[in-house]
Amino acid sequence: MGRIDVTLWEVDIYPADSQPDRKAERVAAEAAELGVVENLSLKTARGFLLEGDLTPEQVLTIAERLLANAVVERTVVAKVGDPTLHTSSNGHSQLVHVIPKPGVMDPVAQSAKKAIQDLDVPVSEVRTLSKYWLEPLDSKPLDALCERVLANDSVEQVVVGPLNLERLEVGSDYKFELVTVPIRTLDDEGLERLSREGQLYLTLVEMQTIKSYFEELGRDPTDIELESVAQTWSEHCSHKTLAGRIAYECEGKQWQFENMLKETIFAATVKIREQLGDDDWCVSVFEDNAGIVTFDDDYHVVFKVETHNHPSALEPYGGANTGIGGVIRDPLGTGLGAKPVCNTDVFCFADPNTAADQLPPGVLHPRRVMKGVVSGVRDYGNRMGIPTVNGAIYFDQRYLGNPLVYCGNVGILPVNKTKKCPLPGDHIVAIGGRTGRDGIHGATFSSAELTSESESVSGGAVQIGNAITEKMLLDVLLKARDEGLYNAVTDCGAGGFSSAVGEMGEKLGAEVWLDRAPTKYDGLSYTEIWISEAQERMVLAVPPNNWEAFEALCRSEGVEATILGAFVETGRLVLKYGDEQVADLAMEFLHDGRPPVIRKATYEVQPAKPVDNSKLSSAVSHDETLTRILGSLNVASKEWVIRQYDHEVQGGSVIKPLVGVENDGPGDAAVVRPRLDSSRGLVIGCGMNPLYGDLDPYHMAASGIDEAVRNCVAVGADPARIAILDNFCWGYTDRPETLGSLVRAALACYDVATVLETPFISGKDSLNNEFSYMEGGEKQTISIPSTLLISAMGQVADVRTCVTMDLKSAGNKLFLIGDTKNELGGSHFCLVNDMHGDGHVPQMDPNVAANTFASMHRAISGGLVRSCHDLSEGGLAVATAEMAFAGGLGAFVDLRKVQHSIADNELGDIRLLFSESNTRFLCEVSANNADAFANCFASNGIPCAEIGEANESGNVEFTSLAGESCINSSIAQLKSAWQSPLAWE
Amino acid sequence: MAKPSVLVLRAPGTNCDQETQFAFERAGASTERIHINQLIENPSLANDAQILCLPGGFSYGDDIAAGRILAGQIRNHLCDLLNDFKTSDKLIIGICNGFQVLLQTGVLLADNFGESAQATLTDNKSGKFEDRWVYLAADNSRCVFLKGIEKMYLPVAHAEGRFVTREPSLLDTLGSSSQLALRYCRPPAFATNGKVPYPENPNGSDGHVAGLCDDTGRVLGLMPHPERFIDRTHHPRWTREELPENGEGLRIFENAVEYFS
Repeated sequence: MGRIDVTLWEVDIYPADSQPDRKAERVAAEAAELGVVENLSLKTARGFLLEGDLTPEQVLTIAERLLANAVVERTVVAKVGDPTLHTSSNGHSQLVHVIPKPGVMDPVAQSAKKAIQDLDVPVSEVRTLSKYWLEPLDSKPLDALCERVLANDSVEQVVVGPLNLERLEVGSDYKFELVTVPIRTLDDEGLERLSREGQLYLTLVEMQTIKSYFEELGRDPTDIELESVAQTWSEHCSHKTLAGRIAYECEGKQWQFENMLKETIFAATVKIREQLGDDDWCVSVFEDNAGIVTFDDDYHVVFKVETHNHPSALEPYGGANTGIGGVIRDPLGTGLGAKPVCNTDVFCFADPNTAADQLPPGVLHPRRVMKGVVSGVRDYGNRMGIPTVNGAIYFDQRYLGNPLVYCGNVGILPVNKTKKCPLPGDHIVAIGGRTGRDGIHGATFSSAELTSESESVSGGAVQIGNAITEKMLLDVLLKARDEGLYNAVTDCGAGGFSSAVGEMGEKLGAEVWLDRAPTKYDGLSYTEIWISEAQERMVLAVPPNNWEAFEALCRSEGVEATILGAFVETGRLVLKYGDEQVADLAMEFLHDGRPPVIRKATYEVQPAKPVDNSKLSSAVSHDETLTRILGSLNVASKEWVIRQYDHEVQGGSVIKPLVGVENDGPGDAAVVRPRLDSSRGLVIGCGMNPLYGDLDPYHMAASGIDEAVRNCVAVGADPARIAILDNFCWGYTDRPETLGSLVRAALACYDVATVLETPFISGKDSLNNEFSYMEGGEKQTISIPSTLLISAMGQVADVRTCVTMDLKSAGNKLFLIGDTKNELGGSHFCLVNDMHGDGHVPQMDPNVAANTFASMHRAISGGLVRSCHDLSEGGLAVATAEMAFAGGLGAFVDLRKVQHSIADNELGDIRLLFSESNTRFLCEVSANNADAFANCFASNGIPCAEIGEANESGNVEFTSLAGESCINSSIAQLKSAWQSPLAWE
Repeated sequence: MAKPSVLVLRAPGTNCDQETQFAFERAGASTERIHINQLIENPSLANDAQILCLPGGFSYGDDIAAGRILAGQIRNHLCDLLNDFKTSDKLIIGICNGFQVLLQTGVLLADNFGESAQATLTDNKSGKFEDRWVYLAADNSRCVFLKGIEKMYLPVAHAEGRFVTREPSLLDTLGSSSQLALRYCRPPAFATNGKVPYPENPNGSDGHVAGLCDDTGRVLGLMPHPERFIDRTHHPRWTREELPENGEGLRIFENAVEYFS
């Protein structure tokens, strides 16, 4: 059979003796951090398994010339099983191998295989491996080490001791067999079981609707028909909860929504566009894969933010990796394809210092989650050549089992490429990566709650991305776009071909030949091909006349393109495998047949619990509070993360995420020039504050919008050209009070956006973010805090008018813009003093905000401002400290000069220092511009007070209401408090 | 005078090609971006080019090691082309990933196909990818790209930029022949002797080496990204410092163009 000749070779690559073993150092550090074993002694190697009819000389040549670096590495080459591979290099006897599970994406192996074949060496399969030589360990710590540090069970397998492997080849022969599901005979209980066990995650009413559809047709569905419906009707693809009917009740009043999102978020944009009339600058909103607004005469700009929470909980690296990979395909699949120009990433984790023995079963340690997520975004974003310019990380213990990973991408789209429309007769073409068994049931899985068992049930939903496949796809797609070779494009995201073809053919009809899809290995069933969520694929409508040119273009850059079927004007979705028809569904049933979801939502307004003044008076010193807030995880410097992202690739960087005299202060928003030949800029910022949501989701949402817009305005964005996105991550919305808190937030979005005239242009929600596990025989559930991310994309006519937040010169005046209120509710003052829950949550007045933002823009664009920082977590005290240490200058502020509306009996230094009232900025203005600056605000009735100045003291000093020094800390000390918590190796 | 023409070579995973092309054009060159597959199929596409540029990125994902696969492909298929550039008074520049590739092709430092490479670029001492700005001291006596340049401030963004020599003596040899074109240094003195600790030396390179030219001075490889500082607003502190309109990196591209005038 020829197989006898095939041998499996192993190439182990060790750091040369002169070189440090960084991987060993990292593993030892992580083993200690995660409480597995202290001072672990080990040696590591990376390696390759090569399968094929190879001579020893060939393998040696490959090892030396291609796989290893002779200057810094040494190799061991032998057939798998050979004792030389099991000989310890450092006297340690315990050998552990970690290998990607069969079928899991292994990009390095893929590239190595191609490179070896380019050398005319007949290798048939390659896989990478990691090898660890450990000091002898008992089985318990060894297991813990493998599980928590060395490998992730959902994508990797561990082999302790010598490797006994004969073949790498995966896949098996596939014999076609049509599967029908006898749904018509099932009772309600049977329907529910089918939904659950088949991982369809549909409700009983939905299952009943499907049953009666097929009863009418007089037949049972095939498995693939059932899957198609489940994918299309999934929460992920149809947003059925929030776009559904909701009966909402709050304070005795009732609202009846037919489509909640449409009547709040989307309605705000409709109203704004009407108000703007001829000045409407939205192009396409809530329609395509990303929202589109105008930019300049030649280009529009598009923006989308997605979440990838559940996959990231199970496999942080792969989840984040494919999260960013997926959202990049959204702009790429918008209109006829936008060129991605920057990324934004926001994460929510539990405290990375959580004790390892405090973790519930099935939960990865938050430090591991954070490191994995950051690496995943880094490796994909950097390889794509898209700068990651903005982000935030939020910490709360309630994200322990359910971290949040928001990934966003901005693209530019030529103004004449916004419309797509597949025509009858167009080929359905798939390009990019091949289809495998990866990611099956990702769309339906995201509707389910995570449990400690999720990993074993849904492991197939976990994937690793391959950025280079996507980069190649991007390069070729934009070329094909400019040559006008296709009529429509969309990305293959959740639901795979099923969703992509289903969406594109919705108005037309489609016939798909599943056996034509290129697969990674043999053995995939027709249904697996149809619903696989394998990454890096897109679907296009290519007119037959252009096929030859399109295919040639793809081939010239090594991108695989395949005709999968045809768009046909039948209104039906017909799927075939070879000559066999496996599905025939009406597009109408698929897209409009879902019964409306009807849900109840309630919200009960909690009266604010006043801050206990006796607690305030016994609180620590203001210097100490300031230091604690700066060192709190949410506020602390994220430089360790930011520097790992390439934020300057594409050459358009204007305001970087880190600014100031030592390039390490916290910028408010990033600015990039998407066109190198123009000085027009894009401004990316975001706003989020789950702590406010604990007090009132309405004000959390309003504050989130205020913060996102205020960040953009602070660097110079024109408030009349800021578009925003909503991403709701919530708990289990079947509970009326959980859904009620979401509706309340959505109502705030409408109220605030319409007054600011800041349109929502796209959004995405992720529901059921809860984690449950068994403890002492009882089910415990952790629900995430209601978390609304507002992402903002602003524009600035000339980037040379932008400003940063670092103090520039001693002697310049400090002005506080905006009213300070008695608003310590949800503040970081309360958080670091164990008073969370007390106090009034910050509110915002959208009319005042609109005026303030316009005035601030006038001042900045008029060149009157040397630096500007928005006030957020930690209020005035933190903003002052950050501006001072970022600029390497001292600052003096007199609290008696702060404009406020705090009642006399509540007035105190603490509220002036740490209140987190919205719509405030601290500005540095040179003495000769002070009057002109103040006039920008006075003429609009906006509070504007000169409260202090920048100086050379090297200290941050505040004078209290009583005229005494109430804060006096050196900037070196404050900066160190701010930098140290997350200054990881 | 006709504009010198630049061939910007791209491969799967190249991602700094467009801004590098823009920098060359800003400097007065005419440019063309060509995919490696096209060039292998038809090497004559490079006939008119006077400057060959290998821009930054992650060629083939930097899978196996940074630049490894593309370097192998060039050795396999485009050796003559590279030699032609070297022998016929043309210029070659490799930036970041391009430097990693050039070093492995043997065009910067002769070797016998990898086995006896004299030097390499490998994992940063910090163990991770980092994007940060660095001060550089230039040795401009041999390298035509660095004419008139004594020091520079440019960003680096890489995970595998640590220059390691097989023999320590190589540093002296290269130094005395003015091939250590760019070295990380500490302001304000811009000294390269003595200690240049992290993060001023961002990757732990031997001899603080950031860039290397060949013995003709017409082939340059460098880890920092000159194309990311051609405009005042690229500078991380442009909002607080007085700076000329053009960024310091532009000089490298202008020098290349002026070489042909």
